[in-house]
Amino acid sequence: MKMDLIQPFINAADAVLAEILQCNTRIGDMTMEEETYRRKGVAAVVVVHGDIEGRVIFDIDSVTATKIASILAGQPVEQTDQIVYETICELANLVIGNAVTSLNDQGFRFKIHPPTVHKDDLGLQGNEDTEALVLYIETPSGNVFLNIAMRYNRRRRGEEIAATV
Amino acid sequence: MEQFPALVRSKDRQPVRYLVVDDSVFARKNLTKMIDSFGGQVAGEAGDGCTAITEYDRTHPDIVLMDITMPQMEGIEAAERIVRQHPDARVVMVSSVGYQENIVAALQKGARHFVQKPVKPEVLYEVIKYVLGDEGLALASATAVAGDSGQ
Repeated sequence: MKMDLIQPFINAADAVLAEILQCNTRIGDMTMEEETYRRKGVAAVVVVHGDIEGRVIFDIDSVTATKIASILAGQPVEQTDQIVYETICELANLVIGNAVTSLNDQGFRFKIHPPTVHKDDLGLQGNEDTEALVLYIETPSGNVFLNIAMRYNRRRRGEEIAATV
Repeated sequence: MEQFPALVRSKDRQPVRYLVVDDSVFARKNLTKMIDSFGGQVAGEAGDGCTAITEYDRTHPDIVLMDITMPQMEGIEAAERIVRQHPDARVVMVSSVGYQENIVAALQKGARHFVQKPVKPEVLYEVIKYVLGDEGLALASATAVAGDSGQ
């Protein structure tokens, strides 16, 4: 597990949630997971490909998503699938954008694919290279779960090292 | 949301008109709320770069708030095309992806400034004041132009 690759995502999620919800947040228990991912609510998956590769899953239940949507919209919104999907994707975009900024300024180059909503109960299993870190961020609106699996792209790093020799 | 001293156009003291470009409905709503709190007026909205160009031609806003990552045409390319057609256009990039290369690319293509998401109203306010320069004026009262906001 490469904490230096994962930490920017945790920091970004914590900071973004605190900022948009204007509240104190708390990072909940962290666990390593090698089992198949089982979603807790509605999940958005963002895939990273380049010098580092992996994926981040954002997972929130519909009630929490609707509460966050109401804050984002500045007015109460009705709980619909569309609102829930848009909320989780917007959160994912904000967090990933901020994490990418930090990693890019450290010299990593990679492509981020737009978030896709993950509707299956199971999927995206980790392995010894990409075992996932699972954590949640507590907010007054509810918990936001993150499942992060990230690793260095060996081929890319190998090419870079070869090019500098 | 906090009210700010109304920002108006110094030439006619009318509200500053904005074009808000973002593929996220939430982001557009959020920016619209901030614009209201600055005493401004949303002249148009767009959810992608192509629509932003046509909306600019239609509305001729004083300020464009432009996201970067969008479908069809990204914000930096849209900003470049708008500025090529309208060299006086004031485009402020608003994106969560704020790494150096992105910012430099946007500025080289004609954007005037960059604000990172999540947007803090006080930061955006100061950036808009800076970008407007002598053509903007901050009135003492936040409600001074409220009656003109339908213009």
